[in-house]
Amino acid sequence: MTVAAAAAALSTRDLVAGFGETEVLKGITLDVAPRTITALIGPSGCGKSTLLRCFNRMNDHHPGFFHRGEVLVDERDVYDPAWSLEALRFKAGMVFQKPNPFPLSIADNVLFGPTIAGIKDKRVLEETLVHSLQRANLWGEVKDSLGRSALELSGGQQQRLCIARCLACAPDILLLDEPASALDPIATAKLEETVLELASDVTVLLVTHNLLQAGRVAARTAFLYLGTLVEVGETSRVFSAPRERLTEEYVTGRFG
Amino acid sequence: MSAVRSWLAEGTSQRWLAGAALLIALAMIAGLVAVVVDVAAGFFWPEPIVSLTLADGRRLLGQEAGREVDPGSPGRERVRINAGNRDLSSSDFVWVRDSEIRERRIDPGAWQLERREYGVFFGFPVRAEIRGVAVDATTSAFTAAVRGEVDRCSALLDTRRRLLRRLDSDHVPVGRLQTRLTSAQRRGADTAALRAALEPAQTRERELSAPALAGLDDVARELAAGTLVMRTGDGREVAIPIAKIVRVIPANALTTPQKLALYLARWWEFLSGEPRESNTEGGIFPALFGTALMVLLMTVVVVPLGVVTAVYLNEYAREGVFTQAVRLALANLAGVPSIVFGAFGLAFLVYTVGSGIDRVFFADTLPTPTFGTGGILWASLTLALLTVPVVVIATEEGLQAVPQAVRDGARALGATRAQTLRRVVLPYALPGILTGTILAVARGAGEVAPLMLTGVVKLAPDLPLDHIPPFLHLERKFMHLGFHIYDVGFQSPNVEAAKPMVYATVLVLLVLVVLLNISAIVLRNRLRRKLRSSAV
Repeated sequence: MTVAAAAAALSTRDLVAGFGETEVLKGITLDVAPRTITALIGPSGCGKSTLLRCFNRMNDHHPGFFHRGEVLVDERDVYDPAWSLEALRFKAGMVFQKPNPFPLSIADNVLFGPTIAGIKDKRVLEETLVHSLQRANLWGEVKDSLGRSALELSGGQQQRLCIARCLACAPDILLLDEPASALDPIATAKLEETVLELASDVTVLLVTHNLLQAGRVAARTAFLYLGTLVEVGETSRVFSAPRERLTEEYVTGRFG
Repeated sequence: MSAVRSWLAEGTSQRWLAGAALLIALAMIAGLVAVVVDVAAGFFWPEPIVSLTLADGRRLLGQEAGREVDPGSPGRERVRINAGNRDLSSSDFVWVRDSEIRERRIDPGAWQLERREYGVFFGFPVRAEIRGVAVDATTSAFTAAVRGEVDRCSALLDTRRRLLRRLDSDHVPVGRLQTRLTSAQRRGADTAALRAALEPAQTRERELSAPALAGLDDVARELAAGTLVMRTGDGREVAIPIAKIVRVIPANALTTPQKLALYLARWWEFLSGEPRESNTEGGIFPALFGTALMVLLMTVVVVPLGVVTAVYLNEYAREGVFTQAVRLALANLAGVPSIVFGAFGLAFLVYTVGSGIDRVFFADTLPTPTFGTGGILWASLTLALLTVPVVVIATEEGLQAVPQAVRDGARALGATRAQTLRRVVLPYALPGILTGTILAVARGAGEVAPLMLTGVVKLAPDLPLDHIPPFLHLERKFMHLGFHIYDVGFQSPNVEAAKPMVYATVLVLLVLVVLLNISAIVLRNRLRRKLRSSAV
């Protein structure tokens, strides 16, 4: 059931984490297989987002955050002092619930990561721009208006721009935090298509509220409940033949 | 009873009260603007010249400038006549009772002369002598000839100004040597080298300035070549040098297009010309320029200072007693009377910092102060201090409006805190920063009290920006629109003549502030619209 430890792209070992007095994650051990899409499902407040943000240390910016146990990205402890926060985040890109383009042009948005990393070579930047937008399925829609403000794009386009912005940093891992929750069905479909295509060479961890979405895109699914990992496995198996009663009740819509 | 209760309960009373308060506020603002616009806009429109014959046989020539109920005999009115000719009679404005007037005529031949000295002149042209040729007023070419000479004199005066400027800059090396020499003598130091240098410098200045000096003589001769003889309302003949005339207006013979052209020409002169007659006539250009330059200097100082303060408070400082104290201090600073800032500017900037600079860098010219006296630099710094709270508060609002999601987005892409701030947060907060800046500018442009202590003067002979190196003279005193209003309106020797000038200057200042505010609003809305479309 668990992927062979040597191959896990993301893993946690007995991870306990929380804010101030509250423990949000109560001992989670999880392995995420490389180059697949894994969905994190569970009712609100179960700790999905907190778990996701442990991998790129975004929780560290919140006052009162604490953690025990290990968080590994590519077998390496994310708190390894030799591993800079910036390098970690280049490796593990994140897309948020709401599209959050910067008040810059489309091109400057995509190239934000490479520019702050100090890449100045015009040709490299241009290649990155085109390639990232193509992989995010946005190139065809914006290729004639790269200088336009990113804020003028539609919500779905903005979210794919945010994906392109991550891809420009050439990450091995994409952390998606309910990326479609602010989008309409058509934009959602396009986004899912994009994510599916990416899975051929990127590890995707997708937090979602939408069980149908998990069923459509995720190869594997992990179910979290009140800070504990209840069940993880092939998506079809988790949905059709859950081993735990809680999972069954959740996927059949009896609570959540 | 129940009707009253329900009236109170449903908030109708509050609605009426709030509505009435709004109405009163709007009416007061509208009234202020209406009065200013009414007086100022009419000021430059040419009025007819009336000839009055009074009961006692006196004859008056002038323009009607207001009318009121005669305080001596209720029920009757009296009219105020601007009779001009300040050099001939003791008072240019006289009250005339309606009952005293035996005859009132509009004479088509009457002229109004705007002069460089002594204000306007009303009279009838008799003859002119232009470069030895006498022209009689009855000849058809008379008006054109006089106007041609007036224009020629204006051009000559421009030439003279240019020549004097040349002489000024030619004198700079000798002037500097002399200052050093005086200082060396006072110190008892050896002056031989300076003296040796002075001699050739003076020779060189004489050589350089010879053509300009000759030109000045020519100009002076040319200027004296024209005389206009006018007959006043009471029959006296007066000779007026044409060089002293700014404009010749046959006020009663003007057609409407001519009046319009004159009106616009007068506005232009007002905005672009130098003041005359202790600021009661002419233009306000030095005041406009001084205001603009001061506001510019202030902005250059206040924006970085305010933005950096706000960034520190909002982005770096830990919320706590300290930040609360700073915010409280800023809020209080915004409420401190501006004259207090003026006093601070005088005591600290002028007397402490300025005198210190003088002692170190301008010891040669002491005891005459350079920076140790009020000047445009100190005035700008004082205003920067005054307006810093505006910029800080607006910038903080802008920073607080930056969505956390956007900050997170930048951090998640591996941006450091500083990179996030510079590349994402500040661009997002730009509307707030701009709003703060323009509000500060509007406040600074209208502030007067602190400037009176730190460098504004009634009449500054030189602009703070000119042709003499180092071109920008931060130590110079300057003129300012707000102070100009105070000075012309309340310190002028001839209040009556200055009144319209006050209104016109007020109008210019109001328009300036309104324009600044409108541009602030437009700019902010445009940027906000651009940023808001990101919200899904």
